[in-house]
Amino acid sequence: MDMANPANFVVEDSPDGGHIVRFSGSFVIASIGDVDGRLRDLAGQVTHIDLSAVDQLDTVGAWLVHRTAKQHAAAITGCAKDAGRLIDAISGVDGREEIPKPHASTLNHFLAEVGGGVVVGMTTFLQFLAFVGQVVKALFILMMNPRRFRWHAVVQHFDMVGVRALGIVGLMSFLIGIVIAQQGAVQLRQFGAEVFTINLIGRLTLRELGILMTAIMVAGRSGSAFAAQIGTMKITEEIDAMRTIGVVPAEALVVPRVIAAVIMMPLLGIFASLMAIIGGGVLCWIVLDIPPATFVQRLREVTPLTDFWVGMIKAPVFGAIIAMAGCFQGMQVKGNAEQVGLKTTAAVVQAIFLVIVLDAFFAVFFSEIGWD
Amino acid sequence: MDEPNIISVTGLCNSFGDQVIHQDLNIEVRRGEILGVVGGSGTGKSVLMRSIIGLQEPSAGEIRVFNEAMIGKEEDEITDVRRRWGVLFQGGALFSTLTVAENVQVPLQEFYPDFSKELRDEIARYKIYLSGLPAEAAHKYPSELSGGMRKRAGLARALAMDPELLFLDEPTAGLDPIGAANFDNLTRDLKETLGLTVFLITHDLDTLYAICDRVAVLADHKVIAIGAIEELLAIDHPWINEYFSGPRGRAARRGHGAADDKAGVETQQRGRS
Repeated sequence: MDMANPANFVVEDSPDGGHIVRFSGSFVIASIGDVDGRLRDLAGQVTHIDLSAVDQLDTVGAWLVHRTAKQHAAAITGCAKDAGRLIDAISGVDGREEIPKPHASTLNHFLAEVGGGVVVGMTTFLQFLAFVGQVVKALFILMMNPRRFRWHAVVQHFDMVGVRALGIVGLMSFLIGIVIAQQGAVQLRQFGAEVFTINLIGRLTLRELGILMTAIMVAGRSGSAFAAQIGTMKITEEIDAMRTIGVVPAEALVVPRVIAAVIMMPLLGIFASLMAIIGGGVLCWIVLDIPPATFVQRLREVTPLTDFWVGMIKAPVFGAIIAMAGCFQGMQVKGNAEQVGLKTTAAVVQAIFLVIVLDAFFAVFFSEIGWD
Repeated sequence: MDEPNIISVTGLCNSFGDQVIHQDLNIEVRRGEILGVVGGSGTGKSVLMRSIIGLQEPSAGEIRVFNEAMIGKEEDEITDVRRRWGVLFQGGALFSTLTVAENVQVPLQEFYPDFSKELRDEIARYKIYLSGLPAEAAHKYPSELSGGMRKRAGLARALAMDPELLFLDEPTAGLDPIGAANFDNLTRDLKETLGLTVFLITHDLDTLYAICDRVAVLADHKVIAIGAIEELLAIDHPWINEYFSGPRGRAARRGHGAADDKAGVETQQRGRS
C-alpha cells in the first residue's frame, strides 16, 4: 500500500464569500492522522469541498468528507465515481435516528443497583430452596427406582473429588499439623506444659481444622469444577437437550455429585486429620523430644472418641453444602462465558461461607450437648 | 501492488496426526473477486482458511497474502497484513462481554489508538449501518442478538478496518432463506462499493450462484477444480457432478437463471432501505 501521501486539506476563499476546502492525499484509515480533529475544528462558512486531488478514499475518508459536507451544508465537487458511490453508501446512516447508549444518573444507578441486588438476593434464595427441593425429590425418586441410579457417574466423581484430592489435602494437613504443634509448643512452654501440645493437636485436628481445611480445599477444587462443568453445559444447551430427552438434570448431574461429595468428605476428613496428627507428631518428636510411641499413647488418653464423631458428623454436611452450592451456581449460568466465571467464583465463596457459618453452629451445638 | 493475486497458496500440506487434510494444495484468489470455496464436510475448507490467516501452521507449502510470505513469520511481523483483512468466523465470534458497537471498535482501538472517541463512535455507527443491522443493535450484547444479527455484527467488526480482503466462513449457515439471501446481497453490495476481495467458504448453493465470480472445489486433499460455475459443470468428477447436478444444485441453478442481473439490482435497493 502506498502511504506516500498522508491525508491533508487546505482552506481557500471562494468567490461567493465562503470557503473552499481542498482535500488531497490518501483519505484511508491508515493515513488519516490528525485530519479528523482539524476538520472538526473547521471554522467559518464552507460552501464547497473539492476532492479532485484525493488519491484514495475508503469508508473512513468518505465519512470525514460526508460529515464535513453535512456539518457546513457544503457541496462536494471533483469526486470520482467510486468515491461518490462510497459517500452515498454511508450517507444512508443519517436517515436513522441515533440511539444513545442507555445511561442513568448516578443516583438512579445506585438505587437501581441496590434494588436489583435485593431482588436478586431474594430470588436466588428462593431458587436455592427450590433447587434443594428438586435434589431431595430426585433422591427419593432414585431410592424408589435404584436402577436409574447412575453408579458410573458417582464412581467417577469419587475419583475426582476424593482420590485425586489426596495428594494436596494430605500435604496441606501435614503442614497444618506442624504449624499447630509448633505454635502450641512455643506458647505452652511458657507454663512448662509442652506436653499439652498433644491435646491441642489431637483435639483441634479431629474436631475442627482437619474437617474445615478439607472442606475449603474441596470447595476450591470440586465445588468450582461442578459450577464450571454445569455452567458450560448450560451454555452449550446440553442441559436443555437432556430435558427434552427426558433425563432430569437434577438426577443425572446433581445427585451423583452431591453423593460423591457427601461420601468423600468424611473420608478425606479422616485422612486429613491423620496427616495433621502425623505432622504434629513429627514436630513433637523433633522439637519436644516426645517419641512417637509416647505421642500415640498420650493422644489416646486425651482425645475422646466424641471428637472423632464431631468431625465425622460435620463432614458429610459440609460435603453436601459444597456440592449443592456448586451445582446450583452452575445451573444459574445463562448467556455468555463470563457468567461461567462469575458463577464459579460465587459457588466457591458461597460454599466456604456457608461451611464456616455452619461450623460455628455445630461448635455451639456440640458443646451444648456436652461433647466438649 | 499490481500483483493480480491477492492470495496465492502453493504446495500446501496439512495433517493432524495420521489424518492428511491437504496434500500439495494450490489456490489463487484474484483481486476484486468473490471466490467461493466448496467441498464435502471434512475436506479442510476451514483448515485452509485458518492456514491462510495464520491460525494453523501448515506442515509444508507457501502462502502469500498481498504478495507477502506468511509462513514462519512471528505474530508481530504480519501485523501490517492483518490490518488489511477482516475475518467473519462461523458463529460470529463476537466478544461476549462487549456490546456490538464496542466489538466493532476493538480493532480500531488496537491499530489506531490515536483516533478520537467521537471518530471511533461514528465509524462504528456507519459500519453497523453498512452491515444491515438496526440502530438499536449497537448497544446490545451478543447474547441478546439472534443468529443472523450476530453474523451481521461479526461482519461489521470484520469491516471495521476497511479491509481489502474479507474472509467469510459459512456466512449463511443457520440463517433462514430470506436472511441468507439478504446476506448474499449485502456481501455483493459491499464488494462492489468497497472494492473488496472475498474468500467465501460455503455450503450454500444459492450463495454460489448468486454472488461468486469463481468457485474452488476441495476434494481428495486438494483443489480439484476452480473456475466459474459453468466451467465446473463441464468437468467430469463424481463429487462435482453430484454437488451441482443433485436436486439442490439443479434447484439453485433454476433459481438463478437469466433474470439474475435485474433481480440483483432490486434486492440491492431493498437491502439499503
